[in-house]
Amino acid sequence: MSFYRTFAIMLRQFYLIRGSFARVFPLFAWAGVDMVLWGFLTKYLNTFVSPGFNFVPALLGAVLLWDFFIRIMQGVTMAFFEDVWSHNFINIFATPLLISEYVAGLVLSSIATSVVGLAVMLFIAVLFFKLSFFVYGLMAIPFILVLFLFGISIGVFGSALVLHFGPASEWFIWPIPALISPFAGVLYPIATLPQWMQFISRLMPPAYVFEGLRAIVLGREIQGITLVWSGCLAMVYIVLAYWFFVRIYKNALRTGLLVRYSAESLS
Amino acid sequence: MSDILSVKELRKSYGKTVAVDGISFGISRNEIVGLLGPNGAGKTTTINMLLGVLEPDAGTIHIEGIDLRSSRSQAISRTNFTAVYTPLPGNLTLKENLMIFGRLYGLKDVPERVDEVIRQFDLYAFRDKKCGVLSSGEQTRTGLAKAMLNRPHLLLLDEPTASLDPATAREVRAEIREFVIQGKGAVLWTSHNMYEVEDVCDRVLFLSRGRILLEGNPKTLPSEHGKKTLEELFIKVAREPLTLGVF
Repeated sequence: MSFYRTFAIMLRQFYLIRGSFARVFPLFAWAGVDMVLWGFLTKYLNTFVSPGFNFVPALLGAVLLWDFFIRIMQGVTMAFFEDVWSHNFINIFATPLLISEYVAGLVLSSIATSVVGLAVMLFIAVLFFKLSFFVYGLMAIPFILVLFLFGISIGVFGSALVLHFGPASEWFIWPIPALISPFAGVLYPIATLPQWMQFISRLMPPAYVFEGLRAIVLGREIQGITLVWSGCLAMVYIVLAYWFFVRIYKNALRTGLLVRYSAESLS
Repeated sequence: MSDILSVKELRKSYGKTVAVDGISFGISRNEIVGLLGPNGAGKTTTINMLLGVLEPDAGTIHIEGIDLRSSRSQAISRTNFTAVYTPLPGNLTLKENLMIFGRLYGLKDVPERVDEVIRQFDLYAFRDKKCGVLSSGEQTRTGLAKAMLNRPHLLLLDEPTASLDPATAREVRAEIREFVIQGKGAVLWTSHNMYEVEDVCDRVLFLSRGRILLEGNPKTLPSEHGKKTLEELFIKVAREPLTLGVF
């Protein structure tokens, strides 16, 4: 595996972003709007609760972390969509680039773009709404790591779906975070959900993050083993997502879908 | 001896449609081979398989002795291509595109080499323009500049002069001939311009319905088959492949 070729994929994303306001703006705009909206909502909710409890780390912190997950996922898919939109698959895949290098390039592009969004969210949440990550202590690190890994896995999985179903299927990808969020328990405890939804939640790494986050805010003990489990789950999803992407890619090579991608299907 | 490219019993079907039907051929160093045939003959399918973006159903491809199936990256690093149907991304500048592809092909001296090919193909004035706003002729030259970036040993050109005016087309043909004479390379060239093929190619392969019908020197092949020109022979191959006794 060559980092040099992986870097080329990231460089492409850099060139595209630096020359395009339409690409720079979404990196931070919607995340910033979310922080403002939820920041004021938590301020308002704090007027109803007894002194000592603070909605800021419970709600605003959760929304910030969830937005970070979305940025990571969309960072991968957006980098992939650039090749879809510019009909670039033959040019890209007719080079010595390995599929592992390509996927790694998408992930690195996502890290670079997500950091911008995270920085803006932190700036707004900390400066204007007094969110302190010290409340979470060192647990903030595994929280972010688990959401990062899960975001990568969903991004790679979504890209594979678009590779298989064609350019129009990108509209399947945008709502994925919304579909996951009820099970992730971003804003409420998992126990609120009916039994069958709780079962699905147990398979969702973010659910353990947000349960842990609430436990810390409420002064309860957090079970480290559950976070380890969620990290392992996220790793398994990354392996599965990569396996799925490679399988779809090989199928596209075999059926000719890759060279006739704009046709969207082979029928 | 086919020391650059060796293709054996290559076959590709799409469902019941056989696109390439067990073709075998080779290309030697410093040779320009024309791949001719009517639309749908299997030329682009063949090139896609040589580029590793389409998996053959059967057969083998070796580039400088390296098996494309088992050592794809290593084999592909010795090739490059340009085709009218694969323009470089229009939302990046000419120079940005070349900087990226230079790295994808593993070049160590990317900025210097990019500058070199930009000047070689007379693209300096357009280096900071988005590829999407270039004229079709400028885009074709950009594609050729990309194809020459890694000094490929096997250059695959799918109608490389289709969008060029006669004067530029002649310059491009001269560039490619020079590349073959000076370097270690060989070229597989598809074109519907028979004058160009006769002028440039050392050997031609006539493809029809996925099979190689004829092979030979483009200057002598027409008379060997009772035709005055290569164009007449092309029309005969396209319309009456049965008369050549292959099908």
